[in-house]
Amino acid sequence: MSQTTSPDRPGAINARPVRHPWRWVTVAVIAVLVAMLIHSFVTNPRWDWGYVLKVMNYKPILQGLLYGTLLGTVIAMIIGASLGVLMAIMRLSGNPVLRIVSAVYTWFFRSVPRYVLLTILGVGLIYLYPTVEIGVPFGQTFANWFGWSNDLTFMTLDVRSISGGIFIGALGLGLSEAAYMAEIARAGILSVDTGQREAAQALGMSSGQTMRRIVLPQAMRVIVPPTGNETIAMVKDTSLLAAVPVGMELFNQATIVANRTYRIMPAYVAATLWYIIVCSVLMVGQYYLEKKFGRGFGTEVNPQTRRLLAKVGEH
Amino acid sequence: MADMPLVHAVNVSKSFHHNHVLKGIDLDVEAGEVVCLLGPSGSGKTTFLRCINLLEEIDGGRIWVDGDLMGYAERDGHLHHLTDVAKATQRREIGMVFQRFNLFPHMTVLANIAEAPIQVRKTDRSTAEARARQLLEQVGLSEKADAYPASLSGGQQQRVAIARALAMDPKLMLFDEPTSALDPELVGEVLKVMRDLAEGGMTMIVVTHEMAFARDVADRVVFMDAGVVVEQGPPHEVINNPREERTRQFLRRMSSEA
Repeated sequence: MSQTTSPDRPGAINARPVRHPWRWVTVAVIAVLVAMLIHSFVTNPRWDWGYVLKVMNYKPILQGLLYGTLLGTVIAMIIGASLGVLMAIMRLSGNPVLRIVSAVYTWFFRSVPRYVLLTILGVGLIYLYPTVEIGVPFGQTFANWFGWSNDLTFMTLDVRSISGGIFIGALGLGLSEAAYMAEIARAGILSVDTGQREAAQALGMSSGQTMRRIVLPQAMRVIVPPTGNETIAMVKDTSLLAAVPVGMELFNQATIVANRTYRIMPAYVAATLWYIIVCSVLMVGQYYLEKKFGRGFGTEVNPQTRRLLAKVGEH
Repeated sequence: MADMPLVHAVNVSKSFHHNHVLKGIDLDVEAGEVVCLLGPSGSGKTTFLRCINLLEEIDGGRIWVDGDLMGYAERDGHLHHLTDVAKATQRREIGMVFQRFNLFPHMTVLANIAEAPIQVRKTDRSTAEARARQLLEQVGLSEKADAYPASLSGGQQQRVAIARALAMDPKLMLFDEPTSALDPELVGEVLKVMRDLAEGGMTMIVVTHEMAFARDVADRVVFMDAGVVVEQGPPHEVINNPREERTRQFLRRMSSEA
């Protein structure tokens, strides 16, 4: 609509903006602080940036990043997310046995610190169960009782061959993560309007179809932001893998470099920079994932608020 | 049970905790009939509707739809609860339209309509989508196939919801206050679709406050209050010339509000 202006009718608004002098003061203060920081980075030779860059590109450091940190995060998050969703579905199921199992699982793994869990898995698994035999449950016990020659064991696994490896470590992190993911997934599933489930049921969809096709995709909108956050936290928690111990891991490798060369700070700074880079990339990925799962929800809660809420995690 | 009406409800009762919502409802609906359930809020209309397609479990009485006892199987003199799978199979034959539409917000309009035929009836995608487009045309929304529900008006969403229910080729359509959540100017477009459906011979049970719709479209009007059927009959008799005092009171209130 075009505005009609005449002397007796007010026209377009052309008001002066409110001045914000304090903003300029804060800009000045922060600019000075940042300049001081950058100046010290450049002039203090102990930062030794050239060496930092070199360490960042050392082969063991890169292998540790790829193997322990990235692969470890991927495996742990796959275990954590799938087991977590399963636990959430069990927690919300009509079957009281499954509900209790899920609650006990979550209680246990939320109560054990990750560092302690990884240490115990690394040490205890070999001590308690040096070999794992796969066969009929209690097969050996029955074989002893009845004097059978066959003890119904099909396969024997040597735990020593896999322990100390990344898999035990990632398994430990994944089991622990599943407890947190279960709570996140449960909140996500509960956030879906009951009318959605009723509409699916009224169309004759089974409870499995309703969960898979209708409830979970919508729950994702609530699940994805905190899961991205959990993934970022997991990248950092892979530094705990040293407890297993897993040698081929970024921070452990940085420590080795530091101890060997006595140039300790640059080695740790190199590791820190890699963590920052990986986490930054993940944060960008998280942004796009959120956009994808927010599809179709026009009247959304302020996404920034939701992200902030997601970050008020339990870690 | 060939001579049984399409919907045959006998002595249906239902309580929520100590609140006795349905106190012995009897209702028969013949195939092709359009029945409107009227009554004040809290009278149990919606609960009764939800009992028909098992969204609520009844405490007493029996409901048969097309000769099938809903929710239970009767074997050697005992009632046995049906499994969730068997209940889902019974629900396929009954379409339901909700007050708040309940479209799936993460799917396009077309996917909303084709979802149940593909998942439940195992119809192949192209057939299901062709049928979905045909239904969209029927409700006058052909151009909205690829839109997401959030971008539609309430009236448009409700028309999509009707198309979604029709995609399962139901024998019976249940409408739970389909226009109550709509802005007044959007009510007409939804009622028109329902009117067309009634003229096409669909069996419909409609919980509504739209007196004009009940008067013009319904074959029979059932007036409920406090969990019982107070009176029923052809719309011109019940609406224009009610026998019961409770019906008269309700109709007076409705006309004073309108």
